[in-house]
Amino acid sequence: MIRTPLRPLARILEARARGENPDAIERENKRLRHETMRDQARARAEGRLLVLGVVFFAAFAVVGVRMGLLAGSDPSEPRAIASGASIVAQRADIVDRNGNILATNLATHSLYAQPPLMIDPKAVAHELAQIFPDLDEARMVKDFTGSRKFVWIKKKISPEQMQQVHDIGDPGLSFGPREMRLYPNGALAAHILGGAGFGREGVQSAEVIGVAGVEKYFDDYLRDPANGGQPLRLSLDLTVQAAVERVLAGGMKLMDAKGAAAVLMDVHTGEILSMVSLPDFDPNERPRQQVKGDPSDSPLFNRAVQGLYELGSTFKTFTLSQALDEGIVNPNTMIDTKGPLVWGRYRIRDMHNYGSSLSVTTVLVKSSNVGTARIAQRIGGVRQKEFLGKLGLLEPTPVELVEAAGAKPLYPANWSEISTMTISYGHGLSASPLHLAAGYATLANGGRRVRPTLLAGGGTLGDRVVSEETSRQIRSMLREVVVHGTATFGDVPGYRVGGKTGTADKPKPTGGYYEKKVIATFASMFPAEAPQYVLIVTLDEPQDTTGPQPRRTAGWTAVPVGAEIIRRAAPLLGLRPEIEQAQGFGVTLTAN
Amino acid sequence: MRSLVYVLTALAVMALAFWAYRENYRTQAALDNVERLNRAIGSLREQLAMQNAEWAYLNRPERLRELAALNYDRLALGPLAPEQFGQIDQVSYPEMVLPDIVLPDELFKSILAEADQPAQSASPTVPVEEAAAASAVPEALDAGDEETAQ
Repeated sequence: MIRTPLRPLARILEARARGENPDAIERENKRLRHETMRDQARARAEGRLLVLGVVFFAAFAVVGVRMGLLAGSDPSEPRAIASGASIVAQRADIVDRNGNILATNLATHSLYAQPPLMIDPKAVAHELAQIFPDLDEARMVKDFTGSRKFVWIKKKISPEQMQQVHDIGDPGLSFGPREMRLYPNGALAAHILGGAGFGREGVQSAEVIGVAGVEKYFDDYLRDPANGGQPLRLSLDLTVQAAVERVLAGGMKLMDAKGAAAVLMDVHTGEILSMVSLPDFDPNERPRQQVKGDPSDSPLFNRAVQGLYELGSTFKTFTLSQALDEGIVNPNTMIDTKGPLVWGRYRIRDMHNYGSSLSVTTVLVKSSNVGTARIAQRIGGVRQKEFLGKLGLLEPTPVELVEAAGAKPLYPANWSEISTMTISYGHGLSASPLHLAAGYATLANGGRRVRPTLLAGGGTLGDRVVSEETSRQIRSMLREVVVHGTATFGDVPGYRVGGKTGTADKPKPTGGYYEKKVIATFASMFPAEAPQYVLIVTLDEPQDTTGPQPRRTAGWTAVPVGAEIIRRAAPLLGLRPEIEQAQGFGVTLTAN
Repeated sequence: MRSLVYVLTALAVMALAFWAYRENYRTQAALDNVERLNRAIGSLREQLAMQNAEWAYLNRPERLRELAALNYDRLALGPLAPEQFGQIDQVSYPEMVLPDIVLPDELFKSILAEADQPAQSASPTVPVEEAAAASAVPEALDAGDEETAQ
């Protein structure tokens, strides 16, 4: 670009010659130059603004058009996305610890009717009543000929029934796809699984929701699509559960009991390998909750978790372990067992008179109420309550069942001295068999608190409750009970069972106790030296009628059943029986 | 020169348009295929779930117990009992059937005897080579075999 000089010599000379001020020329030139510069800058700025405006317009136009397109087009799934973990079922499976299926889903159909489309409502109602005997024909005729536009007929039908309905051939009958929950093992572990039902229902699908047990407890987890159909693995062992259920059912029948419960637990992890409550039900056809009568008579009632019973002499173990742990007694300390022990208007007596004194071990072996009460007196109510609290016997169990939270043990609000004495031998405090199992597992594993769980893998052990030494002493005392105490039927060759019996009179709903109705409990652990499992067996109103007189004590009822369960379940758990050394020839070394 | 550039550009545009058209259709076809496969996978998964359920149903302990009871005569299956645990040294070694010990001279003798027999007793119509081939004698011994036959 050629710059015009501000003071062109020719014009300056000319101006000088004319006598004008040459600076005026420079000013004029400067002004002109500035004007051109301003015009250029303006043009450029305007150009930029235009470009910017066009860019913004294009951007907003794209956004607007895209929004319009999205709003106007039909929704469709992206086709090119690879289906990695597509949703297979709306509810995850439940499996046992070995991966056997306990609950799964099945595609099925529901049946509904649209009466306005029906050609011959009466014939349809008649045909349907033939296919489904539980449907009422008159009721269906009323529904189909009335003003209703839509009627559900069946929530789940089998393929055969579907074909039969198809064969009716009426356009007013339609099917909707359904997913149903299937429990292939039938009544097995029914109380743990609970059951499932339909939530919100539409024609094309229906929610499957858990109604009880783990199905309800883990409802959110099971329905969470983010888990990608990962099954829920429980700590149960299907085989062991089946064996325990069978033996317990047989035992319940033999002992003429009204109900029975069993809990088999790993003492190191708190995993529940088997939990049975009888009578049971089929979760595929979960019966309705009964409205009247005692809820504990319903098969839906889980005796192992919800059943709060006074568990009788099985509690003596807790009293003695506390006394041993606090150093109040040792296994050989002699305890005054002269009965009856009179306290105010209460009299505590034993089944038999055991003489004036017994050692602590013998108090447990013979199951002396008087002896235990005397030891409890020395412990005192405050410390006893604290100890039972540490074992988890005063709060609901943390097990993963919806029913568990409601089963809070019952104990007197005022923990008086007489309560201390009765609770020491298991009267006055009601807890569930599961509470008892957790308490015994704590004593069995070396003294660390056990929290029962239904999830495979189990939890970690909690705080120390009693010392290793106390645990060892109590284990050998429990072994003594089985070898020559009240639970001699509990001995299973090779498994060195240790355990304690408990027979408690059933309380009347009106107050007081029944004379001839008992709850018999056998709390056991095996093998006694280094227990791996704890088994609790509870029979409701059992009686053994093989003798001349009906026998109701746990030693005659719950113990043989418990022993048979151990005999069947222990090999399934992979426990090798120990060959016990026969007493015979031996060499005694003596000092010379 | 310029017109040549125009013609080439036009040709390139046409070629690219044809290529884009083909790619578009191939993409659509691939997507259709994916969709079909996904549906197939879905229905196979559904079938798998059904099979799993059926497997679990057929293997339910109650049914297995019934089957074991029905087939007791044949299988004699009962519940696992503690007595069935054994030590490894309670298991006897399998009975091994060993062939008789053969000494080298016996081997030769038997071979010689075998080779002799067809030469002496066979009918003249059977050639010597054929008889030798029929007897299962290793190749290495064939030479000696022929010598004795002659």
